[in-house]
Amino acid sequence: MADILRERERQVYRKGQQQTFQLDCEKQSVAGSVSQRACVFCGSRVVLYPIADALHIVHGPIGCASYTWDIRGALSSGPELHRLSFSTDLQEMDVVQGGEKKLYAALCELIDEHKPKAAFIYATCIVGVIGDDVDAVCKRVGMEKGIPVLSVHSEGFKGTKKDGYRAACDALLQLVGTGPTEDISPLSINILGDFNLAGETWMIRDYYSRMGVQVVSCITGDGRIDEIRRAHGAALNVVQCSGSMTYLAKSMEEKYGIPSLRVSYFGVEDMSKSLYDVARHFKDKEMLQRTQVMVREELQRILPQLAAYRKVLEGKRAAIYVGGAFKAFSLVSALRHLGMTTVMVGSQTGNKDDYEQLRELCDEGTIIADDSNPLELSSFLEEKDVDVFIGGVKERPIAYKLGIGFCDHNHERKEALAGFEGMLNFAKEVYGSVMSPVWRLTPRKRGSALEVVK
Amino acid sequence: MSSPVRIAKHATRPDWVSTRNPCKACAPLGATLVMRGIRGALPFLHGSQGCATYMRRYIISHFREPMDIATSGFSEATTIFGGKANLHQGLGNVTSQYHPTLIGIATTCLTETIGEDMHGLLHEYRAKTAEAKETPVLVHVSTPAFSGTHMDGFHDAVRAVVMQLAEAGASPSAYVSSFVNIFPGLVSAEDLRFLKEVAADFEIPVTLFPDYSETLDGPSMEKYEKIPEGGTTIEALRATPSAKATIEFGRTLRAKTTAAAFLQDRFEVPAKRIGMPMGVKESDVFFAAMEKITGRETPEKYRQERGRLVDAYVDGHKYLFGKRAIVIGDEDLVVGLASFLAETGVVPVLCASGGKSGALKHAIAEVTTHLREPITVRDGVDFMTIAEEIELKDLKPDFVIGTSKAAKLARALGVPLLRVGFPIHDRIGGQRILHLGYRGAQHLFDLIVNTLLEIKQDSSSIGYSYL
Repeated sequence: MADILRERERQVYRKGQQQTFQLDCEKQSVAGSVSQRACVFCGSRVVLYPIADALHIVHGPIGCASYTWDIRGALSSGPELHRLSFSTDLQEMDVVQGGEKKLYAALCELIDEHKPKAAFIYATCIVGVIGDDVDAVCKRVGMEKGIPVLSVHSEGFKGTKKDGYRAACDALLQLVGTGPTEDISPLSINILGDFNLAGETWMIRDYYSRMGVQVVSCITGDGRIDEIRRAHGAALNVVQCSGSMTYLAKSMEEKYGIPSLRVSYFGVEDMSKSLYDVARHFKDKEMLQRTQVMVREELQRILPQLAAYRKVLEGKRAAIYVGGAFKAFSLVSALRHLGMTTVMVGSQTGNKDDYEQLRELCDEGTIIADDSNPLELSSFLEEKDVDVFIGGVKERPIAYKLGIGFCDHNHERKEALAGFEGMLNFAKEVYGSVMSPVWRLTPRKRGSALEVVK
Repeated sequence: MSSPVRIAKHATRPDWVSTRNPCKACAPLGATLVMRGIRGALPFLHGSQGCATYMRRYIISHFREPMDIATSGFSEATTIFGGKANLHQGLGNVTSQYHPTLIGIATTCLTETIGEDMHGLLHEYRAKTAEAKETPVLVHVSTPAFSGTHMDGFHDAVRAVVMQLAEAGASPSAYVSSFVNIFPGLVSAEDLRFLKEVAADFEIPVTLFPDYSETLDGPSMEKYEKIPEGGTTIEALRATPSAKATIEFGRTLRAKTTAAAFLQDRFEVPAKRIGMPMGVKESDVFFAAMEKITGRETPEKYRQERGRLVDAYVDGHKYLFGKRAIVIGDEDLVVGLASFLAETGVVPVLCASGGKSGALKHAIAEVTTHLREPITVRDGVDFMTIAEEIELKDLKPDFVIGTSKAAKLARALGVPLLRVGFPIHDRIGGQRILHLGYRGAQHLFDLIVNTLLEIKQDSSSIGYSYL
């Protein structure tokens, strides 16, 4: 059984064992808990990161820029400014005298050099403490250079990753509404909350174009400033990463009257449902027909292959720990499609509704955890004798050290996992992770793997 | 890729205010690596949650091992009212969860800027918990991220731990009377194992610090180890003043008060500061130092390794003579590589580092005296500045040798990158690269020659069968 910190006892739930469902969440991480979460800056940085024709400059000492250089596999079909790392690299004297001058000079030289369409300035921990007026510098440079220069108030300590999402959305909201909207079709959408990891946005865009839907902007996968500026012209916001993008969608609804739809592109059921939901929203018969044809084609292609994987994976146990809970829902369904059971699921930033939905979705005995840590996660993996763990880079060594298969469903994935093709990739990866002969040699899985691999 | 690739547009512009594609990480990261090299210890960062998570990620991606770093997790209120409550709560939680024998606390830019009094806060915590069931040893190091690099954090942490634990007259264990301290700096897990092997072969016990050879390169486990086995023991760290001598690696450390310097000044432990033992000459210096301290001759095994290495240099000299290398990494690694490359006939045309000890230029000059070609040395630089320097001076390199962060640069230049040092984020096994000793040089030498031969073979229409 896991040794859970007293302060965290209400953040771990076992389905079926407690009468009332109470899971504390949306709390600051407990000091000393070794949370898997990052900080406000991380939240802002990951959301805005894929905007490829903007300058992203980290205002602060060097660490935050170093640790986020080329950190996400967010692809671009054109410029790749987002894959460079820029920092004001504040030094001791800047801390004493203030960093505004340095920020001004850094911004001017980098804008002159790279000619970005806009610039995002991330304020990190000490910027507020030393009293820099980042907004004023941004305003001045924006006037001088004639591009939007947007401050992102992402001081690490000012809340959690979710507050960082909000700061990023606030910056985006300054762009939305400033571009032309004349040529936008009434059957048009913005894709919110897909980040084009391994080219996933391109796949999703292709589905929409086959349906006859115009994509006005992707926020922020393969993102472009000019597209974001005209996002208010779209008829619908289609929101995937709800944790980061619900605020933007709600704000756009209030300001521009654009309704929104929550979707997920992971797993065949969720993927199909998302496309149908969009088609139904437009109440366009032809579009619905086109969607049916497309979904049928895609399913005919991949379902037989998925069935073959299912034969082998049936009954295997999976654990999931991801950043946003939205992804966990789809993963539980996708794994079920492969005949697998989710025995543990958790997220860094889920809210009450998310966890309630997860509880309904999961089988009896499943562990649900909010803002977990390596000691808890490792004990869950051991206790539930998990075959494959799905998470990000920080979770990987926990699984590997215990000789347990692992799938990266986070920033670093190199294979697309969204869409129909992505589900096939996901099945392949789970299969390759579970069936590797290396588990025959690891202390933990020795024996059990031998039974499987005949 | 034979045509010259333009990689920078403004080669003539000398001074950039911003840092563009950094060639360094921040100071606390180095400190966490050191703390991970103490037996039973847990690294702890006093600051925001994100610092710990980002550094874990950075270190995990190199070692591919768990790396738990605790944090006091500052909130807005903590920043205004001070971090005492969070620090104390964090230390308590970590103690009850991990049962560490030592907690190694490093500060961050935030806690340094708001002026946290670490001495006072830890003093209060010790007093408060004096009667507690578990009272791990607390050591702390000041690592303001706005000053220096991860290497400064590393060396400062080594010194802080040694200073805070050193006890005159202490012994590392009941069985050891005569031993040597080795403070190698940031080297690989394989390098650490090599150094322990050398000490064992010289039949002298060694206090190697830090020692993350097992904690960051451990075996597959059935049960998750909260704190992995291995590391320098607290007893050994207490006893550093009783050593016969201290060897520390790093020709660029001269501007610093190091742990070895402290032990010499305070306890009269002779300090021998030498370069990273890379290649023949710098390894000779190391083995000579070991001979002097132990009074033993270098074991036959190493003489043979040296002999084979020199023989290999001869076999490969035609392939390497006059080849031009760009060397990028932490300063002392760069010095070691420059020394090694220069003795094989390769010209390290540009030696560059994100670190800025002020001693790099001098150190490179010391180890490359026989070279006729000019060498450019740049410290405190980022990767875009390096690219500009290469274009400005038209350096025409044949290969780049350095950390994986140089991959984009090498790609733009159209030349191979030989990955060494830390971090290596795009290959497996960075922790198992042996850089040190004749054996490490042998490995690097074969790698360089074969990489160049592969290019020769692949780029030729002839398809050589013998090279």
